[in-house]
Amino acid sequence: MTTTAVRPIDPGARSGATRSRATGLGELTRHSAYLTARSVRALLRQPAFAVLTLVQPAIWLLLFGQLFRATAQLPGFADGRQTYLEFLAPGVVVMTALFSSGWAGTVYIDDMQRGVMDRFLASPVRRGAMMAGTLVYQGLTTLFQTAVVLVIAVASGARFDGGAAGWAVTALAACLVSVVVASLSNALALLLRQQEALIGISQFVVLPLQFLSSALMDTRLAPSWVGDVARYNPVDWAVVASREALSASTDWGLVWPRLGLLAGLALVMAWLATRAFGTYQRSL
Amino acid sequence: MSRARPPATAGTTAGTTGPAVSAADLVKTYRTGRRTPEVRALDGLTVDIPAGAVFGLLGPNGAGKSTTVRILTTLSRPDSGRAVVAGVDVTRRPDAVRRLVGLVSQRSSADPLATGRENLVLAGRVQGLQRADAVARARDLLERLDLTDAADRLVRTWSGGMSRRLDVAIGLVHRPSVLFLDEPTTGLDPDARSRMWAEIARLSGQEEVTVVLTTHHLEEADRLAHRLAVVDRGRLVVEGSPEELKRDLRGDTVHLELGSPDDARRALGLLAAVPGLRDLTADGALLRARADDGARVVPQVLAALDTGGLQAAAVSVARPTLDDVYRRHTGRAYAAAGTEVAA
Repeated sequence: MTTTAVRPIDPGARSGATRSRATGLGELTRHSAYLTARSVRALLRQPAFAVLTLVQPAIWLLLFGQLFRATAQLPGFADGRQTYLEFLAPGVVVMTALFSSGWAGTVYIDDMQRGVMDRFLASPVRRGAMMAGTLVYQGLTTLFQTAVVLVIAVASGARFDGGAAGWAVTALAACLVSVVVASLSNALALLLRQQEALIGISQFVVLPLQFLSSALMDTRLAPSWVGDVARYNPVDWAVVASREALSASTDWGLVWPRLGLLAGLALVMAWLATRAFGTYQRSL
Repeated sequence: MSRARPPATAGTTAGTTGPAVSAADLVKTYRTGRRTPEVRALDGLTVDIPAGAVFGLLGPNGAGKSTTVRILTTLSRPDSGRAVVAGVDVTRRPDAVRRLVGLVSQRSSADPLATGRENLVLAGRVQGLQRADAVARARDLLERLDLTDAADRLVRTWSGGMSRRLDVAIGLVHRPSVLFLDEPTTGLDPDARSRMWAEIARLSGQEEVTVVLTTHHLEEADRLAHRLAVVDRGRLVVEGSPEELKRDLRGDTVHLELGSPDDARRALGLLAAVPGLRDLTADGALLRARADDGARVVPQVLAALDTGGLQAAAVSVARPTLDDVYRRHTGRAYAAAGTEVAA
């Protein structure tokens, strides 16, 4: 073969068609890990932003905790079992996951504008890994934020008798909310390809999701339709499951079904969002 | 004459290896809005790119060069037509194609929040290189593109020319069979542009890779491309080596500058009788013609003008340029064809 020849394809190393399902899964995992690491590295290189992601939930906790403190004295509020701070903490955890993840898609749009997205799409990076990389990154961020909120709540006098299981369920529920909302945000980014439109729609969706849940307020004390809507709101599923798991006498019958629904929704949303890469590429 | 297609020089190796790229009848349309008509970016483009060396796709903005590159690198699917890159069909086995091609897109595509080295290692890992191999390959490419000093700084802080060289390194990290360079020097200052040209020429010699270069820059195509195809309105209009394309025009371009447009019109009549002078056109006080041997015809031209009492203010004879090639095959001057004039 001359130096100008196109090398024939080595079927073992290069063929996508002969790749077995097992190595495909390995590749998906590896690629997801590389891309997660890329996001984490970028975050650590913007220390001001990294600090802000941890300070913001702390401020929300203390601000809302003060502002609505008296609501815990309302007759029937949380059956009188909790201080407002104890009631609020899981709400702020989920709210933080919700708001942080709403911005997830902006990274995609930056990547599109910089040409990074096209370069990845023209490389063997799996689409699933491009999605998973950002979702795992959001999940990791949410873990840290959850810890910050719960630690500050405890330091401010809240008691979470649910113990380690309660903390674990809260972290899991918040991460699942992150995955659901980040998937939505990523899908919107791929469909809209425009920063302003993404942020506009994201805000439009996120605020009602938060207020039509029991994150800040016991919905039994709100108009009954709010409670009805909240039953279908994944944010409320996460808040109720976390709050129940953190409480002294956990009713696991309230926790498991909600976690299950959240996990199912997270999978469906992540799958749909990955499909949006196809729509994005058709627009190229 | 319009179908002049000299035999491909790579035909000598065609027995053992196929072309690097073979595309037939590619059509791609875009919707730009609800009420506007579809844009036909590619209108039956057919091109065969032989393996080896540098192949140029030359044309103004909007001619369909980038759309072609997007299809050949699996980013975009054609509405119809077929394309095979390094022996693999781009629509049937995009995954396999992605391991065989490198892409340097129009704008810099490195991650600004990562260092040059990190960008390269990630690109290598994603292409399936082991960590140690990816690190070694990154070191090697950084060295060869003279980026070692900046390698561990964030790309955000790099100059435009350095970022572009990094893009080329990223495109080469997995030793692709075909490297696509989509307008690699657009937006670079003249120094960085010459530098980039030198690197592309050098790398195409060192790496065992076919380089497909799109450009709207005539000089760039002339300098770098061993063969080139002129693309216009979504179709390939002519293909050959720059020398062949220019030789096909038969002869030199003769420019004459006269005192006034009036004189130029009179000169048209006087010069019509000069043997060997063809394609006479006047543009203001300027006359343009073609001649098989420009140097020999000039004395006769001056003598003919003299018989009418006219004098030329300036005479020049030039070898044909790609601008002339483009003008010949599209019927338009190159600069008038696209919106792009100064990059």
